[in-house]
Amino acid sequence: MSAVIERVAPLRWTAALLAALGLRGRTLVIAVPMLWLLIFFLVPFLVVAKLSVSEPAIAMPPYLPLVERDGARMTISLSFENFGYLFDDPLYIKAYFFSIRLAFFSAVLTLLIGYPIAYYIARSSEARRSVLLMLVILPFWTSFLLRVYAWQGFLRSNGVINNFLLWTGIIDQPLVMLQTNFAVYLGIVYTYLPFMILPLYANLVKLDEALLEASADLGGRPLPTFFHVTLPLSMPGIIAGFMLVFVPAIGEFVIPELLGGPDTLMIGRVLWNEFFSNRDWPTASAVAIAMLIALVIPIMILRTAQQRVEEE
Amino acid sequence: MRRNVWLPAFVILGFVFLYAPILSLIVFSFNESKLVTVWGGFSTKWYGELLRNPQILSAAWISLKVAVTSATLATVLGTLAAFVLTRFGPFKGRALLTGMSAAPLVMPDVITGLSLLLLFVAMEQLIGWPAGRGMTTIIIAHTTFCMAYVTVVAQSRFASLDESLEEAAMDLGARPARVFFDVTVPVIAPALVAGWLLSFTLSLDDLVVASFVTGPGASTLPMVIFSKVRLGVSPDINALATIIIAIVAVGVGIATWQMRRGARKNGG
Repeated sequence: MSAVIERVAPLRWTAALLAALGLRGRTLVIAVPMLWLLIFFLVPFLVVAKLSVSEPAIAMPPYLPLVERDGARMTISLSFENFGYLFDDPLYIKAYFFSIRLAFFSAVLTLLIGYPIAYYIARSSEARRSVLLMLVILPFWTSFLLRVYAWQGFLRSNGVINNFLLWTGIIDQPLVMLQTNFAVYLGIVYTYLPFMILPLYANLVKLDEALLEASADLGGRPLPTFFHVTLPLSMPGIIAGFMLVFVPAIGEFVIPELLGGPDTLMIGRVLWNEFFSNRDWPTASAVAIAMLIALVIPIMILRTAQQRVEEE
Repeated sequence: MRRNVWLPAFVILGFVFLYAPILSLIVFSFNESKLVTVWGGFSTKWYGELLRNPQILSAAWISLKVAVTSATLATVLGTLAAFVLTRFGPFKGRALLTGMSAAPLVMPDVITGLSLLLLFVAMEQLIGWPAGRGMTTIIIAHTTFCMAYVTVVAQSRFASLDESLEEAAMDLGARPARVFFDVTVPVIAPALVAGWLLSFTLSLDDLVVASFVTGPGASTLPMVIFSKVRLGVSPDINALATIIIAIVAVGVGIATWQMRRGARKNGG
């Protein structure tokens, strides 16, 4: 370990700095994860924020410095043009609302499909439960990219679904499914389903059966019992699952890129193109900052909802 | 009580939905025809093609090295963060550490990738390190987002851990570091293994972050798969998928067997 510290310059400086400050033991244990996250998680955002107000340039790296020294004079040039650009071009605003809407409805769909499955698993016998849970988690361990690729094979015009439907004679023209928004919904529901089922299951399995029995004893029919007892009690699980699907789906890149059409403009895809195709780093940074703001609002709403349900 | 048939039927459909695409990948990997969705007879030729493709093999090797290194680093750092957060009581910057160790979980990949790339570029200009981008920068990036998952897993384990074991060791005169490595770590080992495996999988699976922070010559497996898939059908990808699924199935099988054996040992 000390050999590693000797060899890597930043580590050596850190160790020397800490020793000079007379810090050891406890402080050191706090400092290691803290410094890592400060340097590789927090500072990067400051760099993005800085870059989002820089002017683009044809150079490497492709932007102009904020602070310029001209002899004794120092000029700081902040350019908010990148943000103005986001508002001027309807493409960006459309992409935002489209991403949020698509993520929201995918999360609702995932909830509608995931809830019955989680409910069934939670009500199964213990031995069966662990097998079913394993089956839910297993796809997660195989490559996400390859599972999305598998859907391409299912949905294309000469794909598995169309071949089957043509063979049975239900349709006589292949359906256009790949490169549509439908395919993107399907892809998101498919890949995020385990993330919805697991928190729901964790919540439903704790549900006290005595409550359900009490409701039945008092003459409650299964459906009203579900809506008046089970559903309200599982709200924390619903919100947790919703957050795990909705928030990452907003920034999704791979699914709209591989399954969506050219008009499936999701914000993650816009950022990617701005960066890789247009090589416009300042605009990409402005998109990232705006995207973060767009994410904070739904997270705050879900957090507050979660706290309120837990207090009840 | 009347058994509801709709619920089990729905659940079965749900599992068909989860597994049908995976099964189709496996079936069509043994397809003679180049068309991925038309059956042309049984063949293993795509496996041969895959093993002769140097691009895929070197990318797989890079991915493996990145995943092992970043999973290990993430497990160490994540365990430290979880330990500090559950055991150290109040300290300066606690709220900051709590926030920073949870935030990467909900951060979109494109933002993580972009922000780290910009950091690496800025650092190179300022202090000359990291010189250029490649495997090192991918490892740093993966460690950072995997660490958050390890922290969550380890935190819940630390929280449910019986502190009297550590106190006993302390009473017997062991120093804190000794207690941590000789008592705490062995007890939380299953959570650490779970965290490592989770990180390993996440790292092996990542396309977006790696694409941002990589440099010339360091293409990971997902990057190669993505560029092939984007161009259209490629049956050798099916063969690759089948191999990955087989490895995962064997791994999960061994893990389940080990857990059952452990449970029996503890029970009997």
